[in-house]
Amino acid sequence: MSRDRTLPILGTVLLALVLAGPLLPKWILFLMTIAIAKGLVALGLMLLLRAGLLSFGQALYYCVGAYAAGALGRFFNISDMLLQMVTGALVAALVAFVLGFLLARYRGIFFGLLSLALSMILYGLLVKNEALGSTDGFNILPSTVFGVRPVQEWMRYVVVTTGCVIAFLATALVHRYLKTPLGQLAPAIKDNEIRVEYMGTSVRNAIHVMYVVAAALSGIGGALAATTVGHIDPDMAYWTTSGEFIFIAILAGTGSVVAPFLGALIFGIIHTVAYDVSPNTWQMTLGTALLLVIVFLPDGLWSLFRRRKVA
Amino acid sequence: MAVVLDARNLNKHFGAITAAMNINAAIEQDSVVGLIGTNGAGKTTFINMITGYIKPDTGSIVYQGRDITALAPRAITRIGICRSFQIPQLYASLSVFEHMMVGLGVVLRNAGLGGYFSRGQPNVPGHDAPAPEVAERILERFGLADYRDKNAQVLPGGVRKLLDIALTMVAKPTILLLDEPTSGVSAEEKFGIMEMVMAAVKGEGATVLFVEHDMEVVSRFAQRVLAFYDGRIIADAAPEVVLADAEVKRYVVGGELRRMEAQAGAANA
Repeated sequence: MSRDRTLPILGTVLLALVLAGPLLPKWILFLMTIAIAKGLVALGLMLLLRAGLLSFGQALYYCVGAYAAGALGRFFNISDMLLQMVTGALVAALVAFVLGFLLARYRGIFFGLLSLALSMILYGLLVKNEALGSTDGFNILPSTVFGVRPVQEWMRYVVVTTGCVIAFLATALVHRYLKTPLGQLAPAIKDNEIRVEYMGTSVRNAIHVMYVVAAALSGIGGALAATTVGHIDPDMAYWTTSGEFIFIAILAGTGSVVAPFLGALIFGIIHTVAYDVSPNTWQMTLGTALLLVIVFLPDGLWSLFRRRKVA
Repeated sequence: MAVVLDARNLNKHFGAITAAMNINAAIEQDSVVGLIGTNGAGKTTFINMITGYIKPDTGSIVYQGRDITALAPRAITRIGICRSFQIPQLYASLSVFEHMMVGLGVVLRNAGLGGYFSRGQPNVPGHDAPAPEVAERILERFGLADYRDKNAQVLPGGVRKLLDIALTMVAKPTILLLDEPTSGVSAEEKFGIMEMVMAAVKGEGATVLFVEHDMEVVSRFAQRVLAFYDGRIIADAAPEVVLADAEVKRYVVGGELRRMEAQAGAANA
């Protein structure tokens, strides 16, 4: 059996980024932070996908995480980054815990459309809510870390470093889970729910847990994105945002915990370059990229890094 | 011997079809019971009622003095009644070894010995070894060690059957229900598979109920036979007595012969 080097490799790459950070231009740091934020959401999506569930509404938790982080500053004058992310994760997990009782009953297209509907309900509520800035949203306070406010020039660097650390921790936890005996429970559920029940465990319960974990990851991602951009608006819950996450998850593939981050980064790069080259047709460029991946790499970009599994 | 499982007055109707009528059967600890009957006679319904998949309209099922009629399949598995399936119920995308590990992960979690982040190191209850070791041991016992890393999707029929049964062993069942363990297996392989299964199961000390159409297999392995016909048990005794019974000959064994002849005829045609 080959030794698993996923975490050392990811750790090294992130450490290299952090060390190289001061030398990189600000826009690359921004791109990376957003990629990490979206990668966290896609990581959650991947957990659900392994169980055969495609959520068309993961932006719900991305948005909830962002608003929870923003609300800390707006209503309680708290702007600590770590607190924001923890709050984003907790509030998203709480919402998912409640909604999970409903969603864990559904599979396939019903699960997908119900999750989409719920995210659009949040969008509708936010648009009507004056206290939360309606369609304009609101700005999030400049962040502090452990109560210390970094100098303005270093702000982006501090944010990206914090993002790297959080992403590494979250990924390490997910990776650890996937390597345990119960890590294969998700594909088992996808393959044969009745047998899973007959092994002595509740499918609905297991899906509920995965749903809450996926939401917490999205919540962290939302909080991180909000801090990075400095602004929050209801579009974060809009269905096109959910679509972006699915795009990233499919682009990346579910082969590894690192894949979603790679997918998010490549998505960001294609998006940026396409917009730069041809502002009016960037969607077409993105669409073509996805089409090529689906046709030539049905298991996602990650399959490029993996030796083919012999059946 | 002590009664471990007691079915009392079970009745089940699906619309106009009678799947179970006044089923009474007390199963003794450590016995091996064969269930025979034509298709639609109510054997699988009986198994489905014991494992909680189907609830009887009336009647009750008592296991070790406890009424389990209302429990869900997963709760019944947890207290030690496990089943295999006529058509193997496997996980197409998992390897043989992963099947065992998921099962053992569930057993450990149910015993409060590990959650989603546990690597399965604590000893599995009843097996006294960590999960990976137990998995290897069960695979060895069922002759599946050579298929350890193969995906379930690519396994040959007989091996799928064995894996389906091996998967029930992770929970260390006290009662094992085997739904047609040799169906879909070639005639030459039948005895081999049954011998391997019975040796493995009896080594673990479980009471066994098995559904079987091959009367040779039944008379060789069962200590007691329940013959089903039209939702009722028409005979309940030792195999030599049941297989000699006039009603059984007419409704069950005769039916089996006709069915086998029909199949042979279809195969020759």
